[in-house]
Amino acid sequence: MIDLKKLTIEKAHESLKKGEFTCKELADAYLEVIKKKNPELNAYLEVFDDILLQVEKAQKRFTNGTATVLTGIPFAVKDNILIEGHICSSGSKILENYKASYDATVIKKIKNAGAVILGRTNMDEFAMGVSTENSAYGVTKNPHDTKRVSGGSSGGSTACIAMGGALVALGTDTAGSCRQPASFCGVVGLKPTYGIVSRNGLTAMGSSLDVAGVIGKNILDVQTVFDFIKGHDEMDSTSIPDGFYKKKIAKKPVIGVPKHFLKEGLDEKMLLNFQETIKKLEFLGYVIKDIELPHVKYSVPSYYIITPAEISANLARFDGIRYGHNIEGENLMEVYRKSRGKGFGKEVRRRILLGTYVLSHGYHDAYYNKANAIRNLIANDYNKAFEKVDLILTPTTTGPAFKIGEKVNDPVKMYLEDIFTGPANMAGLPAISIPSGFTEEEGKQLPLGIQFMAPHGREDLLFEVGKKFETL
Amino acid sequence: MDIKDVESLAKLARIELSEEEKIELLSDMKGILEYVKVVEKTDVGNIAPEHSLTNVWREDKIESREFDRELITEQFPDARDGFLKVKKIL
Repeated sequence: MIDLKKLTIEKAHESLKKGEFTCKELADAYLEVIKKKNPELNAYLEVFDDILLQVEKAQKRFTNGTATVLTGIPFAVKDNILIEGHICSSGSKILENYKASYDATVIKKIKNAGAVILGRTNMDEFAMGVSTENSAYGVTKNPHDTKRVSGGSSGGSTACIAMGGALVALGTDTAGSCRQPASFCGVVGLKPTYGIVSRNGLTAMGSSLDVAGVIGKNILDVQTVFDFIKGHDEMDSTSIPDGFYKKKIAKKPVIGVPKHFLKEGLDEKMLLNFQETIKKLEFLGYVIKDIELPHVKYSVPSYYIITPAEISANLARFDGIRYGHNIEGENLMEVYRKSRGKGFGKEVRRRILLGTYVLSHGYHDAYYNKANAIRNLIANDYNKAFEKVDLILTPTTTGPAFKIGEKVNDPVKMYLEDIFTGPANMAGLPAISIPSGFTEEEGKQLPLGIQFMAPHGREDLLFEVGKKFETL
Repeated sequence: MDIKDVESLAKLARIELSEEEKIELLSDMKGILEYVKVVEKTDVGNIAPEHSLTNVWREDKIESREFDRELITEQFPDARDGFLKVKKIL
């Protein structure tokens, strides 16, 4: 019997190397959990039928000496990352039957390392949402309380790690989609620096903000996977070359906290937990400094102009002609309108229309250009702050996981979930959500999370502080 | 914004909507536009709306990429002789 709860990549690798268990036995242990828990939680949309083939290949690498630390490690992958020959539906009906014709760069990299991909995980349609309630395939329930959401949009991947359905998972993050659900599910979620991990083979949402991220039980697992998937890729012209960002050497990192930004909308228990977190960090010897980010309050409203604008352009490719859901019509225009009308869900239609609006003649300057100028102001705020501090700390979310259905009829309320996570995407900065304890709601222990942000290219600072925080 | 605006946006975006969907979208859009109004009113001084971008060039040479032709063509909703079939455009 493999103790999955305590298993890490490092331990699994040691055991596989020593032959304490095989790649197949490891995968089977996870499949057993999936069989038991997935029907209720709906974390996986599909468990792949080629796992046996994958584990056999992985096992061979242990015998012929080509195994890496990821060889045989069971992964879960978000449904908007292409895996050749497998359906990649992006949580949408319009791509229900779409089979990927190539591997995303991140998939190529983990496959080359010998990872075993167990299946694809649920998400809000085209990654638009914070609860997986926008998935065309039903909500993913929170493993800590099945009345609550697992967060989103990578809620399937985070719930999967929380329920013990894979050792690590890949997600994507456009405004918090790895971090917010990680916080709701009590796991670690990393959003890397924009451009450090290739976007090639990720279904595009907001191309100036999208990045692939990693979800795991602990910092070291997440760091290990990050080290494998990062790097310049000629297939993504926005991916950045090594050494692009200069690194400032910090002896003992100073942590900045934008206290002015934490005054409104924060759940009382979250605030208490956050104050305790600060005390713990001080106990660890960190200096905490109050910082000002004057424009960060405009992050969510400007995000909801920029992203829909990019969405309206990016999702134009789904037209029912070359692949995906197709509905017959009298003429080409009718095929487009029917296929897109029926293929896209509510939130996706909402954002496409909103994006079309803010880009249309007469509104372009007032909305889109203005929002992009604000985005620069936000980035400047962070640049200035990082002259004085090395890390910035906030809660990941305003409170614990909310109930299924609680916010579903109020788009603006949903959008406000991004309040602490969105700015990292607006400024392209790396950020990580780390579990910071639990709060009791209606007899259930619900996880809470904190978020660290670092300067561009400084994931190392996030991992370092995260590991120290984990020891407490 | 009124129902006519929603209709014209839906036309531009090639999305068919039912009457009910139009009404619901109008109310959602009003709520969202009210929320993002703050952007219109923010003074950004002389900050430019552009990102600082760098050109990324590659050599103009043909490199072969491995693709499974069958995997691509079997995605076509409609095909003839291995080619994608589309409705007449003109």
